[in-house]
Amino acid sequence: MTTTPLNPSAETVPVDDTLLAAPGPWQVITRVASTIWSNTKARIGVIILLLFVVVAIFAPLLAPYDPSATTFARSQDASAAHWLGTTAAGEDVLSQLIQGARISVFVGFVAGLLSTAIAVLIGLSWGYVKGWGADVINFVVNLFLVVPGLPLMIVIAAYLQNGGIGMIILVVVITGWAWGARVLRSQTQSLRGRDFVTAAVFSGERPARIVFREILPNMTSLIVGNFFGAATSAILAEAGLEFLGLGDPSTVSWGTMLFWAQNSNALLTGQWALLFAPGLCIALLATSLTLINFGVDGLSNPRLRESRKAAK
Amino acid sequence: MKYALRKVGLLILTLWAAITLNFFLPRLMPGSPTDAAIAKLSQNGPVTAATRKAIEIQLGVPDGNVLEQYLQYLKQVVTLQFGISYTFYPQPVAELVSQALPYTLILVGLVTIVAFVCGTLLGVLAAWKRGTWLDALPTLGGSFASAFPYFWTALLLLFFLGYVFKIFPTSGAYGVTNTPGLNAAFLGSAAVHAVLPAVTILITSLGGWILGMRNTMISTLGDDYVTFAEANGLKPRTVALRYAARNAILPNLTSFGLALGGVVGGSVLVETVFGYPGIGYLLLKAVTNQDYPLMQALFLMITVSVLLANFLVDILYGVLDPRTRK
Repeated sequence: MTTTPLNPSAETVPVDDTLLAAPGPWQVITRVASTIWSNTKARIGVIILLLFVVVAIFAPLLAPYDPSATTFARSQDASAAHWLGTTAAGEDVLSQLIQGARISVFVGFVAGLLSTAIAVLIGLSWGYVKGWGADVINFVVNLFLVVPGLPLMIVIAAYLQNGGIGMIILVVVITGWAWGARVLRSQTQSLRGRDFVTAAVFSGERPARIVFREILPNMTSLIVGNFFGAATSAILAEAGLEFLGLGDPSTVSWGTMLFWAQNSNALLTGQWALLFAPGLCIALLATSLTLINFGVDGLSNPRLRESRKAAK
Repeated sequence: MKYALRKVGLLILTLWAAITLNFFLPRLMPGSPTDAAIAKLSQNGPVTAATRKAIEIQLGVPDGNVLEQYLQYLKQVVTLQFGISYTFYPQPVAELVSQALPYTLILVGLVTIVAFVCGTLLGVLAAWKRGTWLDALPTLGGSFASAFPYFWTALLLLFFLGYVFKIFPTSGAYGVTNTPGLNAAFLGSAAVHAVLPAVTILITSLGGWILGMRNTMISTLGDDYVTFAEANGLKPRTVALRYAARNAILPNLTSFGLALGGVVGGSVLVETVFGYPGIGYLLLKAVTNQDYPLMQALFLMITVSVLLANFLVDILYGVLDPRTRK
């Protein structure tokens, strides 16, 4: 839908060269960034996300105490020395909260990137090919899709016993890419029938070029959306596994904080800060990614950008 | 017809692959069921080789080479004989599963259907009224709620409505004094116990349906045939529901089919927080107690039901979108 309709006219009518040349990677990135930034909801999301990233990077400097020090009075309520109180094991809740940002941001970014890359590669080729090739890919993707995410994660985590963050990322990626691949396939299938693809086929372009240069740019919003979606579910899955006690319980993360909170009966003692704060952080981080996705809508369809509404 | 037959062939192949995966998964991982049982016993003193053999026979640990074990396993799967649970010895696995299944099916199943119907309709509305509060409220609320970690929403509801205000029971599926069966006291108690888990699942899953429907609906609304229908002067409601929504629902329908298949797996996190005796809770118990026969049976059951749901969605997709049949 973007540049291809210009090509046939290039031979007869002189056309500005800049219109024909594909935009460079930096142009694409800045365009993506400014489109997302122009959306109010997405802008709020970006600000929240940046805040968490900064906290994650500078965690050791920001935390008032060592997050694993167990030297303080136990199960304290909020005070000047401990803004969010202490845990049942005598750790400072605020320091743990700040340290926990590292794990969540890291897991979300790495797992989101990996599963999106796999989803794009497989989803697009799966949607483009027909015949037995599609069936083979269908078979593989179905295998990964049918094995339900959380139960598989739980079973693998149980067999591996207290694997660390690497194990969690691995499990999240293995179980997470197939959804994206399926969604991208549906879209590729419907784009494949469009005229610009037919035109590209008749002009003798290679299938790989058609898929990744002609079809892919039309799905930018789906792919970027898929990254943020995958990152969100990775963050939630990581917290969920740790809450169930299947991660490494000695890691300081938001999931393990809630795990220890439930197992030390924070519900009964009414230590609401310990219960409230880690979950709120997970929810805020996940929400910020979802909010950014609102701005992603406008990437491949300029008519959906917010400015259009103002003009209307 | 040829399309359907090819799908059936694929289904059988995938079923076999999933069953085989379930066979090899535990064997690829470190540790064995006998070791786990012996580790528990050895806390009371050293375990002799004879005891070890006795435990293996008692637990029904398969012997022979991998091929013999595999054939034995296939026979077990076909006859639905999954052996005896280690944790709830001597209850058979099949009995434990059939006890837990109704709770999960009714609770998670009903909530999934309600969430899909409400969420999809709200999504259509949000996309159609793009830019108004009818768009902003459900999409923002939905995306915020679906970003909540399941278990945290559950914990908060449990804390406030269960512990602080004491409106709802804090754990279990029915009162201690009730006997499960078709009597009014039990059904009433079961309904009250299901409220908090149901609300949790509804809150956290509704947003996904709204956003999914809204996003595909928005790209459908940009298509020419919608503009054409509008230009023809059709009523807005007709354009929204009969033209745009009809095409936009396809991806959401795929997810719905998979979600229905996933119902059997229950909701591990929600069931765990509320101590609700469904399949998810059973799976977690099996995992934490290294109850391998129970774990394998549950995992197989969950996998096969998602597989079947996926197959039905594929068939349905072929009916709804003739282009995919080519």
